[in-house]
Amino acid sequence: MDSLINLLPEFWKATGETLYIVGLTLLLGGFGGLVVGLGLYLTRAGSILANRPVFGVLNVLVNTIRPIPFIIFLAAVQPLTRAVVGTGIGNNAMIFTIALAAMFAMARIVEQNLLTVTPGVIEAARSVGAGPVRIIFTVLLPEALGPLILGYTFIFVALVDMSAVAGYVGGGGLGAFALLYGWRQFDPVVTWAAVLLIIIFVQVVQFLGNRLARKALRR
Amino acid sequence: MTAPTPLVELRNVSKVYPATVKGAPDVTAIDDVSISIDAGDVYGIIGYSGAGKSTLVRLVNVLERSTAGEILIDGRDVAQLPERELRPVRLGIGMIFQQFNLLNSRTVARNVAYPLEVAGREKADRTTRVAEMLDFVGLADKAGAYPDQLSGGQKQRVGIARALASSPALLLADEATSALDPETTHEVLELLKRVNREFGVTIIVITHEMDVIQTLATKVAVMDQGRIIERGDVFDVFSNPQQAASARFVSTVVKGLPSRPELEVLRARHTGRIVTLAFRSDTVDQTQVFGELSRDGIAFQVVYGGINEIQGRPFGHLTLALTGDDVTIDAALDRVRALTTVTEVR
Ligand SMILES: Nc1ncnc2c1ncn2[C@@H]1O[C@H](COP(=O)(O)OP(=O)(O)O)[C@@H](O)[C@H]1O
Ligand SMILES: [Mg+2]
Repeated sequence: MDSLINLLPEFWKATGETLYIVGLTLLLGGFGGLVVGLGLYLTRAGSILANRPVFGVLNVLVNTIRPIPFIIFLAAVQPLTRAVVGTGIGNNAMIFTIALAAMFAMARIVEQNLLTVTPGVIEAARSVGAGPVRIIFTVLLPEALGPLILGYTFIFVALVDMSAVAGYVGGGGLGAFALLYGWRQFDPVVTWAAVLLIIIFVQVVQFLGNRLARKALRR
Repeated sequence: MTAPTPLVELRNVSKVYPATVKGAPDVTAIDDVSISIDAGDVYGIIGYSGAGKSTLVRLVNVLERSTAGEILIDGRDVAQLPERELRPVRLGIGMIFQQFNLLNSRTVARNVAYPLEVAGREKADRTTRVAEMLDFVGLADKAGAYPDQLSGGQKQRVGIARALASSPALLLADEATSALDPETTHEVLELLKRVNREFGVTIIVITHEMDVIQTLATKVAVMDQGRIIERGDVFDVFSNPQQAASARFVSTVVKGLPSRPELEVLRARHTGRIVTLAFRSDTVDQTQVFGELSRDGIAFQVVYGGINEIQGRPFGHLTLALTGDDVTIDAALDRVRALTTVTEVR
């Protein structure tokens, strides 16, 4: 317990880093996922911008990348990370990698959520002369908003999970903190403090997500 | 005098869907259809499920591309127009659907406003028009409600208000009452009648239910396997269908025509010959027909029958069992044929 009190400054710093990593990856990966997910949805056969080659490429990309365990993905995309971020280690390299992984995971979730929008309402919008861009913003996204919010809530947990391995590439956050001061020092109190905080994070976000989704669905 | 341009004209239009499974044949959903619909018409298109009705109506506002033929709206061929140029065309064509297809994320008022937003109308202008339309369909008090708080009939009325918001000249109704109970169906059909009468909107009604045609349409086309097999004024097709498929549809609403199983029963019960006579009060004199039959001492018995009214004009069918020698009966029937349509049931 004393050790935890002594470590409090590091603990809060790690908490801040986790929030930073998860927040930024949610933003970047979430946006990327929305774009790729829309791409998948719009280009699939029978959809408003049906395009077989584009759909095929996106589909294979998502199917290939999504199942790779994150820790392996992290190592595999090192060259790309270095090219884009300038370095393969540290929080920013971590953010890039997580955002990339999250983008492909989220893309499938977005696509599935958009598929819940009945084709009929899209047809109704087309029948009054709405074009694809208008349909995306006035039909697809608003009609799928409830499930989309739940999808983003779901991916948040995955982001917290991925951010915990940042310690392996010289990044910070609660995962690195627990590893460094808890596990390596055989101090379960420190480990459990990190675990507890992560549980609280996830619970709070899940609660907010559920509420927002309910509001969007008006239930 | 030149005939006015029809509002909608399809010339030799076909729609072939490529096979969905490799090796399977392509699907010809619309097979060389030509049809002409005048402004002010309520044109019914009836056919069984899979006949191609939905495809046909979706070719009119080019939600679906035809694979052959011309589609003229107000004299202009729209079949090959690029998507962007189709948008103003579609603003002039309203559409309502079996499943209503309202936006659940929007209130009733904002659903009705949707086409006006697409048309780029000013906010104040939109508000006025939405209020007008909701008044017309009797839902002014539901402006702030969401679609999932409405009954089916109310949803379809919102659908109608939305379809008419941009003041289209043409309304496409694809099975618009098929998801509604009979009571609500009646209300919606009455509303569509008013749309036609008060706004002069031309309506194309797609349905598999003959009573919808009976209440609403002035003209009808019967579709089967992607083709139009019969067309004409509703009264003519109802009182005297020429094709077997049309007759089957007619028999679902027309009282007095025995169904196939009923015919079997009649056959079994009566030894003589069985004939069905069509009566149209304005052209056929019943007294004369019965006079011809009784003249040669043929014994006849009415075994089935009924009288209907379409657009205020009555017509009916009587099925008779005739006994007597064949030669006499044939001669009598020939004389009756000069007066009306005679169908002998064998
Ligand atoms: N998108 C499509 N792809 C392939 N075949 C289709 C498609 N839409 C309709 N069809 C086929 O075209 C035919 C006519 O369908 P449809 O117009 O929906 O008939 P209806 O509205 O009269 O029930 C059916 O055989 C149907 O299977
Ligand atoms: Mg249909």
